[in-house]
Amino acid sequence: MHYNGYYHLFYQYNPKGSVWGNIVWAHSVSKDLINWKALEPAIYPSKPFDKFGCWSGSATIIPGKGPVILYTGIVDANKTQVQCYAVPEDLSDPFLTKWIKPDEYNPIVVAGPGVNRTDFRDPTTAWFEDGHWKILVGSRRKHRGIAYLYRSRDFKKWIRAKHPIHTAAGTGMWECPDFYPVSMKGTMGLDTSVVGNHVKHVLKNSLDETRFEYYTLGTYFTNIDRYIPDNTSVDGWGGLRYDYGNFYASKSFFDPTMNRRILWGWANESDTKEDDIHKGWAGIQAIPRTLWLDPGGRQLIQWPIEELNSLRDKEVEMSNLKLVKGDYVEVKGITAAQADVEVTFSFSSLNEAEAFDLSWVNAEDLCGKKGSNIQGGVGPFGILTLASKNLEEFTPVFFRIFKASNKHVVLLCSDARSSSLKSELYKPSFAGFVDVDLSTTKKLSLRSLIDHSVVESFGAGGKTNILSRVYPELAVADQAHLFVFNNGTVPIVVENLRSWSMKSAVIN
Amino acid sequence: MTNLKTTTTLFFFLFLIVMTSLPSITLCDEKLIESTCRQTPNFNLCVQSLKSFPGSATADVRGLGLIMVKVMQSKANDAINKIRELQRSAPSPALTSCASKYNAIVVGDIPEANEAFSKGMPKFAENGANDAANEATFCENGFNGRSPLTQQNNAMRDVAAITAAIARQLL
Repeated sequence: MHYNGYYHLFYQYNPKGSVWGNIVWAHSVSKDLINWKALEPAIYPSKPFDKFGCWSGSATIIPGKGPVILYTGIVDANKTQVQCYAVPEDLSDPFLTKWIKPDEYNPIVVAGPGVNRTDFRDPTTAWFEDGHWKILVGSRRKHRGIAYLYRSRDFKKWIRAKHPIHTAAGTGMWECPDFYPVSMKGTMGLDTSVVGNHVKHVLKNSLDETRFEYYTLGTYFTNIDRYIPDNTSVDGWGGLRYDYGNFYASKSFFDPTMNRRILWGWANESDTKEDDIHKGWAGIQAIPRTLWLDPGGRQLIQWPIEELNSLRDKEVEMSNLKLVKGDYVEVKGITAAQADVEVTFSFSSLNEAEAFDLSWVNAEDLCGKKGSNIQGGVGPFGILTLASKNLEEFTPVFFRIFKASNKHVVLLCSDARSSSLKSELYKPSFAGFVDVDLSTTKKLSLRSLIDHSVVESFGAGGKTNILSRVYPELAVADQAHLFVFNNGTVPIVVENLRSWSMKSAVIN
Repeated sequence: MTNLKTTTTLFFFLFLIVMTSLPSITLCDEKLIESTCRQTPNFNLCVQSLKSFPGSATADVRGLGLIMVKVMQSKANDAINKIRELQRSAPSPALTSCASKYNAIVVGDIPEANEAFSKGMPKFAENGANDAANEATFCENGFNGRSPLTQQNNAMRDVAAITAAIARQLL
């Protein structure tokens, strides 16, 4: 949230170890979303209603009153989950260091009859509509994911709406629901309470069963307090994802200082717990991303916040570089282990694109079948990040274009299988399809943020994004390299590549 | 009178014969152990491990998960004791590496799985159990085929895999 000049990030944190446990709300503040100062934990078990745990939730800024945090408390040894609230102890403290949980009205919401009290959590940011504050709480009944709606006139007494705002069969528990409006035109974000004909709504859920998230675009019918996804938006595992890699428990907020909606996401470690204990930390937040609706209306676009550019240091540029099959050219002069690279590729023809098999519905499997070393027609082409000098290790991020009967299919792949000589790692071949119309353009762009053990990639201007955690043994620090490559029969032109060494931010 | 006594005695013996040949009376709970174990990679080991702990007969699935974490602890202890013994007679880098891996199991994975089952966040129990299985596998791999810890590593890996499968059933 942003309040009184500072951005605040709260995150689930274990002060006693590198695994999940002893969870508290850790708290960091920043003026620029890039450099952070860690404060003492804001919320930790201290009351009967959160004695057994302070789990996730959301902040809401109440006009004229200030911030309120709603969060899930575990209230007994039987895993009963309730929703609680906390407010700053001292609003004049710009850091909002200390938070209190008044006994009055706490917990504000408990699972009533018919509601699964052990799977009932993650209250959302509230929106104000029709004289009421409204929030969602994630839940499930057997295999049906549910978002219950609660209304309040005074932010103290809450009543469950007769119907959940939305549910979906077969998706399992809905964790960390996020519900917010996006403008149908432009890139500006909207306050969570905005409704009207000029907006669509987004409902995002994190799915416990598969550890990834999906979102739908749809319409919020305020008169009946129901959300209905567009028929082009799939509810569940076949749906759109913010990120096709390691990205979970995400949450967005509206930044009123710049009228943008910003998305935070969590990426855990892909190494072993033994590694985590040795290095003394585990888990990262992705770089904050601005979110807006794609002009086509069928998906969201994300892009790293512009403040990240303040870390750009030495720049190396390349243009009009032709790559034939087998070429890989080094981008020299930047700190390849800590870099930002933006590149636009072009190709003259799609005739030689390999055929697409309609049974290939799983992008990650397809990337696993057709990695960067498997030659293709148009592609694979892209970049080799965190590469060792002789390519014993590299994490390729690349496109591969296929021809289906009446269109082309574009796959973006971030393949960790060759990322490290170390075998004791989880090395997935993350991938997602990219919805671009190649009949009107023969270019594809890619941006990757490379930071030692994370490669965060944005395909086609933020349409398909993949975060991957990798742990090279050789391609470390000044032994890491960056290459552009093409392994397809059709020549690819690097129209323009800009890359920067990135300065280090002040972080926890 | 005699007839009644005989009938009663007969009846009693019949009753005894029938009851001792029937399976245990706690049908409900045993069905839970069995149905839970059927959804794990090793049914027999699962049933045997659970039944060796008191309280398994009346536990729910989460409770069975917590019992398996205790079994994991016991297997980890076995491995650690064996490692210590070997470190005295035949120390090696592979052994040191194994000590570090089992430390991670005991300090990280087991507490994580315990708290996750207790508090109701089964995905972290699955996570911890999977890591424990991996740590045991990586320890074994470190010996390049000539491991003195095969029995302990296999035991660790097998019970951890069962624990992860039980966590998955709670998701």
